[in-house]
Amino acid sequence: MMPGMTAARPLRRLAARIAGQAIVLFARAITAVHADWRGVGPSPRQRVYFANHVSNADMPMIWSVLPHALRLQTRPVAAADYWLKTGLRAFAGAEVFRAVLIDRRPDARTEDPMLAINAALAAGDSLIIFPEGLRNQGPEPLQPFKAGLFNMAREFPEVELVPTWIANLNSVMPKGEVIPLPLMCSVIFGAPVALREGEERGAFLTRAAAALLALKPEERT
Amino acid sequence: MSPMVRDIALLLLAVSLVLLALTAFGERLRARRSQPDPAIEVFMTRVDSWWAMVVLFTLALVAGHWAVTLLFAVAAFAALREFYTYSARSKADHLSLAMAFYLILPAQFLLVAFDLQRLLGVFIPVYVFLLLPFVSVLRGSTDNFLARVSETQWGLMIAVYCLSHVPALMLLPLPGYAGRGMLLIAFLVMVVQTGDLVDFYMGRRTGRRRIVPGLSAKTWEGAGWGVLAAALLGMALWWITPFNPLESAAMAAMASAAGQAGGLVLRAIKRDRGLRDWSHLIPGQGGFLDQLDSVIFAAPAFFHLTRLWWLAT
Repeated sequence: MMPGMTAARPLRRLAARIAGQAIVLFARAITAVHADWRGVGPSPRQRVYFANHVSNADMPMIWSVLPHALRLQTRPVAAADYWLKTGLRAFAGAEVFRAVLIDRRPDARTEDPMLAINAALAAGDSLIIFPEGLRNQGPEPLQPFKAGLFNMAREFPEVELVPTWIANLNSVMPKGEVIPLPLMCSVIFGAPVALREGEERGAFLTRAAAALLALKPEERT
Repeated sequence: MSPMVRDIALLLLAVSLVLLALTAFGERLRARRSQPDPAIEVFMTRVDSWWAMVVLFTLALVAGHWAVTLLFAVAAFAALREFYTYSARSKADHLSLAMAFYLILPAQFLLVAFDLQRLLGVFIPVYVFLLLPFVSVLRGSTDNFLARVSETQWGLMIAVYCLSHVPALMLLPLPGYAGRGMLLIAFLVMVVQTGDLVDFYMGRRTGRRRIVPGLSAKTWEGAGWGVLAAALLGMALWWITPFNPLESAAMAAMASAAGQAGGLVLRAIKRDRGLRDWSHLIPGQGGFLDQLDSVIFAAPAFFHLTRLWWLAT
């Protein structure tokens, strides 16, 4: 997707805006999704929202709760193999969400995924990332983080890294189900995590994961 | 102007005057403080929500039967969503919960819309009660099974069955009351809400003995004042009901007592789940279940007693 292409097609841009509003409306109507700005406020600072990943609807959900102005400057980092598979997904990924598409197959890719991410951060965009990589389908609430978050913290120390917990989405549409249940979801934003002086990669990633996990609401039985 | 529209207009005028007085009272308190007082702000948000509800409710009453039914169907959807968000469930219940939201809830309100009274009273307590556990058991998981199916049924009873009895009041073929059923809804909602409000304020002032210490600040004294106020309002409003003034007072007192009991029961459920409010959807009031708790318990009792006494069927 070349950057010039969208500007040349106003109809497509209009369609992307309408689709974006429709997604926000749909998310609110079904899940009454609610933003809980617990550790930070919704400010226009440059940020990386790093979130837990249980469902394909995670990214649209965070995107939907951001205030409109913040949404315009926030781009999700998403897997190219998923978002380029069909024409509709390519339209949604590139033009509705303006995703930073990365190739998550280490053996097949030709470009380092961090290059695209760094370019977006250098351009001043905020990002949504899922540091667990793949969707979490095991019993553990959180899988170990990949190194990308550490690289961002090191390269862009002025960007706030905001832990973002998505609660209850897994019951809205568990894997293998086709009908979404209208259950209430919330997106909880915690206090930013910054890289400390001389902190090792492993220690930082563990601390970031703990900050994210601390936002998880208590389990009801 | 038909007599019913005239009566709705009169009620609207009276309710608006009360709300106007509350708004003016809040604004005066606000003007006296130099800094915003959170208690006053909460009160004003509540009054704003009341205004919104009164406007919406009046529009539905004027628009007709289908609009009232649709309004309560939407409220039931929101209430059921709040209940199931915190109920015991597992992946194996996905299909039965989806059926509850997308088939059973619309079906129950369609029964109301098409006046199928014989079915609307038994559809959820009998047919759905037997069917849904079967749908859940087909997935094979028996972990926590009884709790899961019970809570699924409870949610449907509370949020769908009970609430559907509010628009169902329009269906009662009371002698000499043809076409005025909507006023009975206004009557029920007004006496129940008034009972709750009076209970809240008088309980604060004169309450001594708590009904359930450790759960709620509700007292026997406050509850008594609430029931009494509901009865008085019910008597004053007898002209919009099919009852005579004494019957009207008795029905209002019963509805308020049932409603206050409902408030306590739903509060216990919230406590069990560690919730303060069911959701944040109604500004200043919490969720739909927080707002509707009393009406939910009062509606089926009111419906069936009216039918028993005045129709003897």
